[in-house]
Amino acid sequence: MTNSGNKHTLSAFDEEMDKIRSLISEMGSRAESAVEGAMKALLTNDMKLAKKIRHEDKIIDKLEKEVERIIVQTIALRAPMADDLRELIAAIKISAVIERIGDYSKNIAKRVGHLKTEDFLSDNNALQRMGEIAGEMVSTAMESYAKRDIDLAIAVTRRDDDVDQLYKELFVDFVGFIAKHPEAAQEVAHLLFISKNLERIGDHSTTCAGMIYFTETGENLPDD
Amino acid sequence: MAEQNSQSDTSDDGTDAHKITARNVNVFYDDKQAIDDVSIDVDMENVTAFIGPSGCGKSTFLRTINRMNDTIPSARVEGEIKLDGKDIYDPSMDVVQLRARVGMVFQKPNPFPKSIYDNIAYGPNIHGLAANKAELDIIVERSLQRAGLWNEVKDRLSDSGTALSGGQQQRLCIARAIAVDPEVILMDEPCSALDPIATAKIEELIHELRGKYAIIIVTHNMQQAARVSQRTAFFHLGNLVEFGVTSDIFTNPQKTRTQDYITGRYG
Repeated sequence: MTNSGNKHTLSAFDEEMDKIRSLISEMGSRAESAVEGAMKALLTNDMKLAKKIRHEDKIIDKLEKEVERIIVQTIALRAPMADDLRELIAAIKISAVIERIGDYSKNIAKRVGHLKTEDFLSDNNALQRMGEIAGEMVSTAMESYAKRDIDLAIAVTRRDDDVDQLYKELFVDFVGFIAKHPEAAQEVAHLLFISKNLERIGDHSTTCAGMIYFTETGENLPDD
Repeated sequence: MAEQNSQSDTSDDGTDAHKITARNVNVFYDDKQAIDDVSIDVDMENVTAFIGPSGCGKSTFLRTINRMNDTIPSARVEGEIKLDGKDIYDPSMDVVQLRARVGMVFQKPNPFPKSIYDNIAYGPNIHGLAANKAELDIIVERSLQRAGLWNEVKDRLSDSGTALSGGQQQRLCIARAIAVDPEVILMDEPCSALDPIATAKIEELIHELRGKYAIIIVTHNMQQAARVSQRTAFFHLGNLVEFGVTSDIFTNPQKTRTQDYITGRYG
């Protein structure tokens, strides 16, 4: 049963729910930019942009704490039921996974400047492609959240397979590269971690989509 | 008929598991229809809560189950309500016996202006349930024990029931209902006049009585319905809008009217 669109008799309850939605949207928007910026900084070796992404992570962390505080307060004071309860439970989880997406973006940004294999990196379309898809998944998940659109939520989960497949391919490529160029093992290990971070961003976007689906339907997202 | 979230109609052995079955019940006060085509099943294993806004018909429907509406001249009941498969509105039904089988606890505690002992002993006496004083003593003690009041009153059974606190009075009324060995207990907002501690004691008592009696509780307090019941029925404008497993009703109701009411978006 989706939200009827009717207002609560207690307008303060609506104001709190709106505040939570607004904060989560802001977190999502920042996380989306962080994923995109981290990949851009990596591909262009842009240290200044990388520093900005690391700073952005701290803002996302603060927002998560604020969201959590308001949700705990709302549950305690409003005793929410049905779709309100589902939305608040989902909001706790969504804010936590967005915070993790911020962490992974920061982790990618921290590796900028430690890589000398720019040629390998710029030639590696799979890693760029992974970054693009992961960024799109975050973006689509947040659009799904804002619009309460379960079709968009389902679309997010479908893309996770693409990210997983690219990760598997990259893993094989990286291990093969290290075997041929053992002197590059440390740098390639950085790339391996970056690909793993992107794969996790895909997973977290999928979790976010699942919680949006749960909020709207009261059911778990079907497996396929 | 209201949407049923998940409730089997029969027990595992295939027999009819319901203590009470109501079918197409309509209640009128003169020309005004208070209940509109309500069908519902109530079983022994689960506490059933009736919720809904004032005037929705939940108390009216509750009162049809022990024919309390018979006392209102303008009230007229149509449809079928069966207790253990027997129509309670059948002319052969002894209403006094019915009300012994289907006890009732009201919003405001209403002990008789008699001793604690006599409050409990009254019902068993008039129904001839005790052959002598010793048997009556056993019934009184057992009823007060079951109502969680024995330890608080065992040394002052001759004190007036009206001298007890509000919460104790309400448990006395529950003990009084239990004393005639009913099969069903109807509770019409039993905690609305009580403080939170006394309310918690009644709720714990309901939990302990579950399974021994078919219990139906009318409550305006949705948290209370969520706490004490396993089945919840939502009434609105005389209709049974939705009836189902309490945890489903409060986390994922199937009807917009139910959802709007329980989330505070009503009117």
